[in-house]
This record gives sequence, structure tokens and C-alpha cells, in this order.
Amino acid sequence: MIEVKNLVKRYGTQVAVDHLNFTLEKGKIYGFLGPNGAGKSTTMNIMTGYLGATEGEVVINGHDILKEPEAAKKCIGYLPELPPLYTDMKVEEYLHFAAELKKIAKKDREGQIGRVMELTKLGDVRHRLIRNLSKGYRQRVGLAQAILGFPEIIILDEPTVGLDPKQIIEIRELIRELAKDHTVILSSHILAEISAVCDYILIISHGKLVASDTPEHLEMQMKGSERLLIYARGIQSVVEGILSQVPHIADVSYTVLEDGTTKAEILEEEGADIREELFYAFAENRCPLLEMTKTKATLENVFLELTQSEEQEAPVSEQTEESVESEEEADESDL
Amino acid sequence: MKVIYKRELGSYFQSMTGYSFIAFFTAITGIYFMAYNLNAGYPYFSYALSGVMFLLTIAIPILTMKCFAEERKSRSDQLLLTAPVSLFEIVSGKYLAMVTVFAVPNLIFCLFPLIIKSGGNAYLKVDYLSILTFFLMGCVYIAVGMFLSSLTESQIIAAVTTFGALLILFLWDSLIQFLPSSAMGSLISILVLLSLFVYMIHTMMKNWVVTGVLEAAVLIGNIGTYVWKASVYEGLLEKLLGKLSLYSVFTDIASNHLFDISGIVVYLSFIAVFVFLTMQSIQKRRWS
Repeated sequence: MIEVKNLVKRYGTQVAVDHLNFTLEKGKIYGFLGPNGAGKSTTMNIMTGYLGATEGEVVINGHDILKEPEAAKKCIGYLPELPPLYTDMKVEEYLHFAAELKKIAKKDREGQIGRVMELTKLGDVRHRLIRNLSKGYRQRVGLAQAILGFPEIIILDEPTVGLDPKQIIEIRELIRELAKDHTVILSSHILAEISAVCDYILIISHGKLVASDTPEHLEMQMKGSERLLIYARGIQSVVEGILSQVPHIADVSYTVLEDGTTKAEILEEEGADIREELFYAFAENRCPLLEMTKTKATLENVFLELTQSEEQEAPVSEQTEESVESEEEADESDL
Repeated sequence: MKVIYKRELGSYFQSMTGYSFIAFFTAITGIYFMAYNLNAGYPYFSYALSGVMFLLTIAIPILTMKCFAEERKSRSDQLLLTAPVSLFEIVSGKYLAMVTVFAVPNLIFCLFPLIIKSGGNAYLKVDYLSILTFFLMGCVYIAVGMFLSSLTESQIIAAVTTFGALLILFLWDSLIQFLPSSAMGSLISILVLLSLFVYMIHTMMKNWVVTGVLEAAVLIGNIGTYVWKASVYEGLLEKLLGKLSLYSVFTDIASNHLFDISGIVVYLSFIAVFVFLTMQSIQKRRWS
């Protein structure tokens, strides 16, 4: 379990992390989501003890990262943005070094290294110099290092950068596998990445936590922005006339397009579904309805909404009950 | 500590650095040994060692430049600093690895007095103590180089600044002769130095009260002493800084055959200070 309390990191006058507060439970996959430069990597660096915070504290399994660094660091496996590799070492040699560095008992080392290489599929390159490996393999060596020793908490900073689609899927499988008995925290600026694997999303923008919730809840929040979008062949007044006959419409906005069609964005009344009525209304008036779509609030919208409205200070969501079991909708098609 | 030591040492011999350092050092010393001891027949190996003293200023920066600068550049320091090892273990592991590389040519040097002995008179005690002092002096230089490497990301900058710093240490005795030796001159220089030191403390603590009290103590203490007895300050600066001379400890044993224990203590203190400063510079980087 990780508790981050009131974390602040300043570089001179620039604030990289601005009063961040959150608590991460055991055995879930957490996603840090935010645009480039939002403070994700800085937060992770502070959580792992690489950087010191200007204010605030990080407690890992009851150990303060500053007061008991060794006990706290023992619970963490970390893959930074750039995998921390010694390019003059061979893969297996490097993992041996990492294992010893992590104080894994001598008798377990061989087994652990073998297991980790199997999980990250490094068997073929085990005797090659890291210098000669491709970006994808280096990333995997970094990942192998992070999960070595199977620490309780695994922190991965943009783990799939530089990997090909097949490897990305493999890594996601691996992350899900690991999450069965570890807490995994990963960061990304790619939404599909996060929504595919994470149980819980923390959206960070300009160093602040702007939202934290399950992907489903975040989408639910945006329900209010659901619109029904129609394209009809006809001038605006005709469309207006037809729509005035249909009940349960809260608000409409019109745009007249160059080809003589009218686009109308309809906000329905709460709980109403007017699609059928709309269809018949337009049919009765012999006005061709070219297209009708329901714009569903996606995480994309949530993300853009939250990260672009910089002035909007207040955090958008409260933490919901922990017991919400999120069915993971592994959406590989998001790729 | 052991794991970092092993890796560092391995990396010196994985690349050419370790081999070329040892070869370079042994070869040049061999040339001096041949010229002074074998050809000219001088029975002290320590004399040849004094001849290669300047080599340290060139060779040590090459050994130390990569130790922290490279890690910082490749970000592999993230692995070390997020692993459950203490900073002292990291720094001392790396330091001992460099000392080990430097120890190899020194062990080879231990054969040279025996070669002299095989041809006649030899002064083993003086020669071995000279080698020990030479080795310790190299260890001081390595500590300085390690500290400077921890300040930068660039190996080149690390090497050049280390070379500059070592050159100053090498020329220390000649340099301090240029310092003012009159009482007034000494007083002013000491005030300037101590004020700089107080300023440094101020930048760290940012507390005007502490700074004010310290500066007042420096001014009143020194000026008071000066008014009371000006002769105290005559040549004082030179005397004080002369205590920090590293080279004279070596020449004492090599030329005058005096083994200076207090000089060795100065060496060890230098090493401790620079290892400490290295740790501080790494800590500082984490907090700024």
C-alpha cells in the first residue's frame, strides 16, 4: 500500500508536482495518465526515492521513503522512463547484478532470474551485450529488472514505449498477470494504454491530481455531455419545425452545412431516448434524415476535458468506494 | 557495497580504461626506473617514483571521469538510487573499485626495489614506504576526481576539472609562496577566506541570524587578535595552507627519508572529506 500525502516538488520557481494526495491499495493496477510534462515521472521518481520531495511524504507499506529508505525501496521494483541499463554488460550478467543489488538471497537468484527472463521473453538474448540490443529488447531488460525479486509494488514509467504492437499486447498480458499478487502502477500519456489494463485511473495535469476513479466511473461522470447528433437534408427552419414536435428535448444547437444539410446537436431530457420518435417525425415530414449518432462520452473526452481546463481548480471527482470491482474491458481494438 | 564494487571493477576491465591505465602507468614508471635506477645506478626506487609524480595528474582524471558522470548521463544511477542500498555503499563501492585499479600498478612497483636489490645495495624500507605514500596520494587524487565527476553529467568536464584541481594540488607548495606573508596581508586574506566560508554556510542554511553571528565572530576574533598581537599573523596563511600540502609528504619520504605520520593523517582526512562531499553532491542533486 502506498500513501502519498501533500507531495510538492519545485524546480526553482517551477512547480512540477503540486500538492498531490492519494492512497493506492494492494493488488490493483493503477494508471497515471496525463499529458507530457504533467509531473507523472517526477511523482514516480519521488515515490521510488530517486528524487526528494520539496514538501510532503511518501509512505510505502508503512515505511517512509526518506526515513527508512532501504525498507521502503525493498518493496518496490521500478522501471524508469529510460531503462537504467549498463550497456557494457550482458543481459544475464546485468540481471545478476540487479538481483544482488536488490539483496535477493543467493539460493533464489538463479531461479528468479530464469523466471523473469521467461516472463519477459529474454531467453534468446541472454548472452548478448545490452549495448547491441534494440530499443524494444532494452525496454524488456528494464522491465525484467523491475520485476526481479517480485516486489509487492511494481512501478512502470511508460512501459510500452518503443515496443511493437505484438510486444505491447504481451507486456499488457504480463502486467495483468503480475497484478494478481502485486500492485502495479504504470504511467502513460496514451489513453488507450491505460484504459486497456488499469483498474483505477489517476489523471494528473500540471502537477495536480484532477481526477481519480475507475475508468467506468469516469465515463459515467461525463454522461451529462451525451448528445444526439443528426444530419438532415433541409434548411434550418424546417428541421427546427420538426424537432419542435418531438417531446423530451432539452436543448438543440444548429449548424447549417454548405451542402444544404442541417446538423443538429440535441440534448435529451434525463433518461429519455427519443431516437425512434425522431425517426418517425422526420419520416412523416418527408425530410430525409441522413445520419443519427449518439455521441458517447469516452475516456478521451474526460481526459481532454480535465487536462485542458487548466483554470478549473477543484478536483472533479471524489474517491469512490474501494469495493467497486471493475470488470476489465480489455479493449485491444483501441490499439 | 560488494556488488557495486564488483560491477565497477568489472566495467573498468570490460572497457579498455582499466587496462590502458595500468599499462600506461607501468610503462612510464618502467622508463624512469630504467633511466634512473638501472642505467644511472641510483639505488633508490623512490627517486624514480618522484619523477612519475606528475603522471598522477594526467592518469587519475582518466580513471575517475566516468564514475558518476557516465551513470548520470545514461540514467543508470536510477537503478542504484532506487535499490535498497545506502548512498555510502554506492560511493564507497565505486571508490574502492577505482582504488583497486590504481593498486595494480603499485603492486607491480613493489617488484622494482627487489630488482635493485638483486644488483647490489637497496633501501627496501624507504622504497616500500615511498610506494605506500605514493599509493595513498593517488587515493586522495581519486577521491578528488570522484567528487568532481559527481558534479557533472559530462565526462570531459569531469576530466578537465579534475586535471585542473590535481595540478593545483601538485603545485601547491610553489603556489602558496605567492601568498602575502606580511601580517596585514595574512589578516585580510584570512578574513576573505572565512567570509567566503560563512557565505557558503549562508547559502546552505539561509538564516541571517546564524550568518550574522558567524561573520561577527570571524571579524571580531581576527581583528581583535591582530590588534592584540599582530605578529601572530606573520606568514600565518602560508603556514596554514602549507599544512594541506600533499606533495611534501611524499618528498619527505622519497628524498629526505622521513616518514611523516601526520602527513598520512592529512591524506586520510582528504579522502574522508571528498568521499563525504561526493555523497553530499549526489544528495543535493536529488533535492534541487
